[in-house]
Amino acid sequence: MRGQDLAADPRLEPAALAREARLLAETWAQPRGIVGWFSNTDHKTIGLRFLVTSFVFFALGGVLAALMRIQLARPDAHFLWPDLYDQIFTMHGTTMMFLFAVPVMLALGIYFVPLMIGARDIAFPRLVAFGYYMFVFGGIFLYVMFLLNTGPDNGWFSYVPLAGPAFSAGKRGDVWAQLITFTEVSALVVAVALIVTIFKMRAPGMSLNRVPIFVWGMLVVSFMILFAMPAVMLASSWLIMDRLVGTHVFNKAQGGDPLLWQHLFWFFAHPEVYIIFLPAQAMMSTLISTFSRRPVFGYLALVLSLSATAFIGFGVWVHHMFATGLPQLGASFFTAASLMIVVPTGVQFFCWIATLWSGRPQFTVPMLYALGFFAVFLIGGLTGVMLAAVPLNQQVHDTFFVVAHLHYVLIGGAVFPLLGMVFYWFPKLTGRLLDNGIGTVAFWTLFVGFNLTFFPQHILGLEGMPRRVYTYPAAMGWGGLNLMSSIGAMTIGVSMLIYLYNVAVSLRRGEVAAANPWEASTLEWATASPPPPFNFSPMPTVGDRDPLWSPDPQPVVVGLATDKREVLVTQLMDAVPELARKQPHPTIWPFLAAVAVSVMFVWSIFSPWGVIYGSIPIAITFIGWFWPTDGKRPQAFEHDVASGHVQERAV
Amino acid sequence: MTPASRAIDVATLPRYGFGHRSLTWWGTLGLLAIESTAFGLAIVAYLYLKGRADEWPTAALAPRMFWANLTTAILLVSAVPNELAKRAARRLDLGRVRLWLVVCLVLEIAVIATRAMEFPLLNVRWDANAYGSVVWTLLGLHTTHLITDFGDSGVLTLLMMSGPVNENRFVDVAENSLYWYFVIASWIPIYAVIYLVPRFG
Repeated sequence: MRGQDLAADPRLEPAALAREARLLAETWAQPRGIVGWFSNTDHKTIGLRFLVTSFVFFALGGVLAALMRIQLARPDAHFLWPDLYDQIFTMHGTTMMFLFAVPVMLALGIYFVPLMIGARDIAFPRLVAFGYYMFVFGGIFLYVMFLLNTGPDNGWFSYVPLAGPAFSAGKRGDVWAQLITFTEVSALVVAVALIVTIFKMRAPGMSLNRVPIFVWGMLVVSFMILFAMPAVMLASSWLIMDRLVGTHVFNKAQGGDPLLWQHLFWFFAHPEVYIIFLPAQAMMSTLISTFSRRPVFGYLALVLSLSATAFIGFGVWVHHMFATGLPQLGASFFTAASLMIVVPTGVQFFCWIATLWSGRPQFTVPMLYALGFFAVFLIGGLTGVMLAAVPLNQQVHDTFFVVAHLHYVLIGGAVFPLLGMVFYWFPKLTGRLLDNGIGTVAFWTLFVGFNLTFFPQHILGLEGMPRRVYTYPAAMGWGGLNLMSSIGAMTIGVSMLIYLYNVAVSLRRGEVAAANPWEASTLEWATASPPPPFNFSPMPTVGDRDPLWSPDPQPVVVGLATDKREVLVTQLMDAVPELARKQPHPTIWPFLAAVAVSVMFVWSIFSPWGVIYGSIPIAITFIGWFWPTDGKRPQAFEHDVASGHVQERAV
Repeated sequence: MTPASRAIDVATLPRYGFGHRSLTWWGTLGLLAIESTAFGLAIVAYLYLKGRADEWPTAALAPRMFWANLTTAILLVSAVPNELAKRAARRLDLGRVRLWLVVCLVLEIAVIATRAMEFPLLNVRWDANAYGSVVWTLLGLHTTHLITDFGDSGVLTLLMMSGPVNENRFVDVAENSLYWYFVIASWIPIYAVIYLVPRFG
């Protein structure tokens, strides 16, 4: 990407650039006021709201976990009663998976992908705003129903026949099924927006082999969402139809099959684990490269490993169903596939070690979280290999061993890198750095608390303690380890409060961050902290995988309009500029559309007519959303065409 | 980064483009990927339940094919004005775009009507048994697409009549036509599963 030699171009003079930035700030400004707040379509604002909201749900899920640990701290306790305990463990799992883990990764994608690829905007900003409101409304719906004692109580995978009409009267099962619809709609629209952004809006010169690894991770994950989430939407729609309009898809007595539920659910839910885990792996590559002060070792191997994990991730779902009496041959196949996942994960581990080994590691707080990942995730990965083997799986099925495993994988594999990445990106998000000292304390408290909580649960599981049971008799001798686990859980809570305290203090008094406080290599650090509404001016180009570490000055992009929201569209493979596109302006319609869709979703669990009547406001709001405001009267346009006054089309 | 002394000037680039140059074309492909997955899984579920059933169709006669064949025929014919609308859009030919959009709309109304006649001829209710449930789901899923696309195309036709019109509206027409192709193409396997599998499967 050489560019023209425009040393004398007046557009590159400092005064002209300052003027351009001023004009762009006006053009890209978001509306103010209450209506303006709901009309905002800036990907950074929406991303930040997404992020904060996900962490609110993380806190709520954490409180539920604390309640369970209080209950289990000693045998024969009556702090909670069985019915409430059922709701709480279901709410905890549902919240963490659907309202925290997936949204939080997408939130960072929405905020940072456009910045990391040097774009002015995300592809479909209104759609992303719509996705945000669907997510919030789904979460509010779930918690309102929970407070009304109608929280789901069948576990986060809501197995039939327990969740079917025969064994779960009332609305609890419907609430769970409809929450799924809310969150899946949200994730699907965001995934589409991310894919198109990554494919078509990269800075000139950022060919596919120069895309930052975090962006690759979000791309792979977005594709997984596209192919995994329809499975659970189909399954939960059938569940709700079985419950509400008398279909029999999962009803054995009328030719249905409860195992079909498990197949559809896990066809979604195992990829779901990777939807959470792959962005975290991509974060690991980013953190380790930045803080080893060198380009990541094995870029190609890392990208291929992310993709390979995604592919294999679709072929392992049956390992959640080993206890259902499937044919031996099928089980063996899925064991092999599950073991195969170790290969791409191992490749990534070796690449990270090689990066650390040959770099100059700096033990900053984000790096501590990355190193914490190594220890914790390794244990979770190893118990995963154990669980892939049918005999051991049968032995520990539905015990606390599985609880320990999944928390090692999800907290070690996703939350540790996530907390490190939030620490790393905090200056970009807010303009201030988090405090290192407090951050270090928060990390070690989490590390100790986490292991104290979940390591004993391996042993409890091997001793036979079942999961999802509200108490246990003293005679089983599980009291000591459970108490230890509960003390650990409280320690995790303390570590989260310390982290939060760090955020609160640093927001006010933290060190003011420069554009690139960590001296990192990717484009989000090329713009101010926090970035202006238009992200970049002038727009960057890229000649290297680590553009900010490149010694060669890169050409910039000139010629995009300053009086309208123009973005650059580039070719999929090599990011050669193709055309300039005007982005839609902010509007309240996506919010109104999300309200209309939410009304229909909630209405539908009380009456099937809700689907019919509820569709009318949906149609109206979507037409309002898509009705264009730019253009001419048809006669005037035809006159232009006849006289050759139309814009040149891309050929 | 050092201050730039070289630049790429994009002022003369086109301001719109069809097909893979358009962001919304890619967005539409994403939607098609999601919906194809949903259709595919619903078909797999149908075959899964069939594999586990002693009798298929369960306690019912196979669906009668008259209206379904008519639906199929109209859908296939509708590909012609659909293609012509797309080509006219690429030429920015407003008159022809309006003409073919209206023809498409008429055919869509016809196909929704024949579709409505199909449901009673399935010979089974959705709440009779799992076979009935899955057949109604498949036909219902596809019908939802007929109705939403009818809404899309209707609004788009209205826009091309009343304005505001600019080049991007023609891109919308071309992408609407892509979506209708999907509605046609996805019907073929669903038709085969609902109507042919009970007879020959």
